[in-house]
Amino acid sequence: MKYLNIAAAKPKVGVFSLTCCEGCALQLANKEETLAAFLSAVDVVNFREISSDKSDDYAIALIEGSISREDEVASLKAIRDRAKVLVAYGTCACFGGVNRLKNVLDFDWMNREVYGETPKATSPVRPVREVVPVDFEIPGCPVSKAEVERIVTHLVLGLPFAYPVYPVCVECKQRFTVCRFDLGELCLGPITRAGCNAPCPAGGLGCWGCRGPAEAPNYEEFLELARSRGIGDAELRERLSFFGGFDSAYELAQDEPLAVRPVA
Amino acid sequence: MLFRVITKEAFRKFVNTLLSEIEIIAPRKVATDYTGRSIYHYLPVDRFEDVALDYDTTRFSAKTYFTPFKENLASYSFQNGDWTQSIRYRGVTRLILGLHACDINALLKLDKVMARGPFPSPHYIARRKNTLIIGIDHDPCAGGFCRSLGTDTVTHGFDLFLTDLGDRYFVAIDSDRGFSMLQEVENTEVTEDDRVEYSAVRRRIAKGFTTHVETHNLPNILDIEFESPVWAKWGAKCLSCGTCAMVCPTCYCYGVSQEFSMDFASARKNKQLYSCNLYDFARVAGDHNFRARTSTRLKYRYYHQHRGFVETYNEPMCVGCNRCGNACLAGISPPEVIADLHMEEKA
Ligand code: SF4
Ligand code: SF4
Ligand code: SF4
Ligand code: SF4
Ligand code: SF4
Repeated sequence: MKYLNIAAAKPKVGVFSLTCCEGCALQLANKEETLAAFLSAVDVVNFREISSDKSDDYAIALIEGSISREDEVASLKAIRDRAKVLVAYGTCACFGGVNRLKNVLDFDWMNREVYGETPKATSPVRPVREVVPVDFEIPGCPVSKAEVERIVTHLVLGLPFAYPVYPVCVECKQRFTVCRFDLGELCLGPITRAGCNAPCPAGGLGCWGCRGPAEAPNYEEFLELARSRGIGDAELRERLSFFGGFDSAYELAQDEPLAVRPVA
Repeated sequence: MLFRVITKEAFRKFVNTLLSEIEIIAPRKVATDYTGRSIYHYLPVDRFEDVALDYDTTRFSAKTYFTPFKENLASYSFQNGDWTQSIRYRGVTRLILGLHACDINALLKLDKVMARGPFPSPHYIARRKNTLIIGIDHDPCAGGFCRSLGTDTVTHGFDLFLTDLGDRYFVAIDSDRGFSMLQEVENTEVTEDDRVEYSAVRRRIAKGFTTHVETHNLPNILDIEFESPVWAKWGAKCLSCGTCAMVCPTCYCYGVSQEFSMDFASARKNKQLYSCNLYDFARVAGDHNFRARTSTRLKYRYYHQHRGFVETYNEPMCVGCNRCGNACLAGISPPEVIADLHMEEKA
C-alpha cells in the first residue's frame, strides 16, 4: 500500500485473550464496510488463542482481558518477550474491567457461587500494566472499532496518535444530550476520558467510566457535586469501582458504608 | 426599522406555510429536570404546536446552527500519487424561530469574529446568510443578566422580531427578506393602542430583571485582580469539562484534525468546537502547558469574555444569558464570580 507514493508499513498483529468476554477482539471483525480495508492495513497473525509457539511472528501484541489466574501471568510474560509493542486492549486489560468487581468479594464464597463443588484457582484481578510493561492502552468496553481504525491509520502512516484529554462531557454536550445530573441521576462523564462520543448518557444510562479517568480529573469537586444532588457514597463507590481506573476517587468516597456485602 | 402588527392566528398560519417550504429550528421542550423545570433545546420542528415560544431559556445556544460542534471543512481524495480537495458550504435556507435578544446579539458578536474578522470563515458566512431569523421578546429568565450587558434589546441582526401583545404580535422588520416574508401574511399598520401596549410590555420586561452584574470598569478590575485568590477559589471547583463553552452562544474556539479513511484513499479535515477550560487548551509542542492549572484556565475564560474581547471590539463578548452558569455542574456562574472580584476590589 502506498500513500502519496510513500510505502506504508503493514504491521503484524497478534491477538491474545485473558480473562474477559472476548468482546473487544470481536470488535476487530466488526464494522463490515471497512473490514477488508482494515485487514489489508494490518496483518492479523494470531487470533484468540494464546500461542506457546515461540516462532510466532508478530510485532504488535493486542492483549484483551485482565489477569485473574497465575497461569495467565506466565503467558503474558512470554508474549511481552516476543512482542515489540504490547497493547492493553479494552477496559479489562487497561483497568481490570468488570472482572475486578470480584476483588471486593469473599473469594471462597464467590468460588462456590460460580463453580459449586469444583472450585477453581483464582487470584485478585489485575490490569495488564500491573504484570508487564505496556506500550499503549486502548480503553473501552468494548473498544470502539472506529477508534482502533484511527489508531491503525496513524500507526501505518507513522503519525503520532493522541486520545482526547478532556472528559466525556465535551462529547456529550456536542450531541445535545440532556445532562443526567439534571435528571437527578449519576454520571461519571465529568471525570472520564472522552473519545467514545458519549453514547451512554445519550442512551439514558449515564457514563460508567469504561474509558478510565480524563487528564487531571477533579475528584473532590466531582464527589461534592454528586453528594449535593443527593447521591450517596455507596452508590458512588459502586459506580467508581465498576470498571476500575478510579481507585483514588473510590478512596475519597467513604462517607457511607457499602450497601450490600456478601456474607463470607 | 419598520413596524407592523400581526395577529397570533395569522402568525400560526404563516409559520405553517413556511414549514412546508423550509426547515424551521425553534425552541422545543425536551425534558423536565429533577426540580420540575422544563428543559428546552433549539431543534427542528415539524408543526407549529411543537414550538415552545413561551420558553424561558434553552440549555444550548443556537450557535451550532452557524458554527456546528462538529463540521467537515474539506475532503480530500488521493489518486495516482496526486490529490484533489473538495469543500462544500451549506447553502440550504432555514429559519430560526424564537431567538431572544441576547442570542441575536451573540450572533452579531460572532459576526465580528467569524464574518468580518481577519480570518473570515466561509462556512460560517454561508450558514449565516442562508438563515432567516425571527426573534421574540420575553420576560427575563431566572439568572439572566443580559440587561447588565446591554444585550436585552436588539435593533438589528434579525429579519423579524416579535413582541407579544396578548392576542397579537408587534413586529419589527429589519430586512428586505423579513419585509417580503410579511407580504405573504395578513398584517396591519401600527395603531396608537399598539404603540402604547408595546411600550408598556417593554417597561415590564425591563423592570423584571432580578440578576445584576456590575460591569463598570470590569476590564480594568480584571487586570488589577489578575493574582486574586478568587481564581483559586473557583478554580478548585472547576471540572475542566468545557460545558460552559459548549453551551455559550459566543464561545467559538475550535480544533482542527485530519482523519484518513481506512483504505487511505481519502481524508477529511474536521473542525470540532473546543474550550479554553480544557486541560490541553494551551499545551504546545514539547508538552509545555501554559495553562496547566485549572484556576488559570477558568480565569482566562473570564478574561476573554469580559476583557480581551472589549479590547478588540469595545464591547464584552458575554451576552449575559447565564447558560454557562445554569449548565455548570460545579455551580460556577458569571454573576457570582464577578461579584467576588468586586468584593476583592473593595476589600
Ligand atoms: S450527562 Fe454526564 S457526560 Fe453528559 S454532560 Fe452530564 S455529566 Fe457530562
Ligand atoms: S459514556 Fe462512559 S461508559 Fe459509555 S462508552 Fe463512554 S466512557 Fe464508556
Ligand atoms: S466552569 Fe463549570 S462548566 Fe466550565 S469547565 Fe469548569 S466545571 Fe465545566
Ligand atoms: S459566558 Fe456564560 S453568560 Fe456569557 S454569553 Fe457565554 S454562556 Fe452566556
Ligand atoms: S472564552 Fe475560551 S472557549 Fe470561549 S471563545 Fe474565549 S478562549 Fe474560546
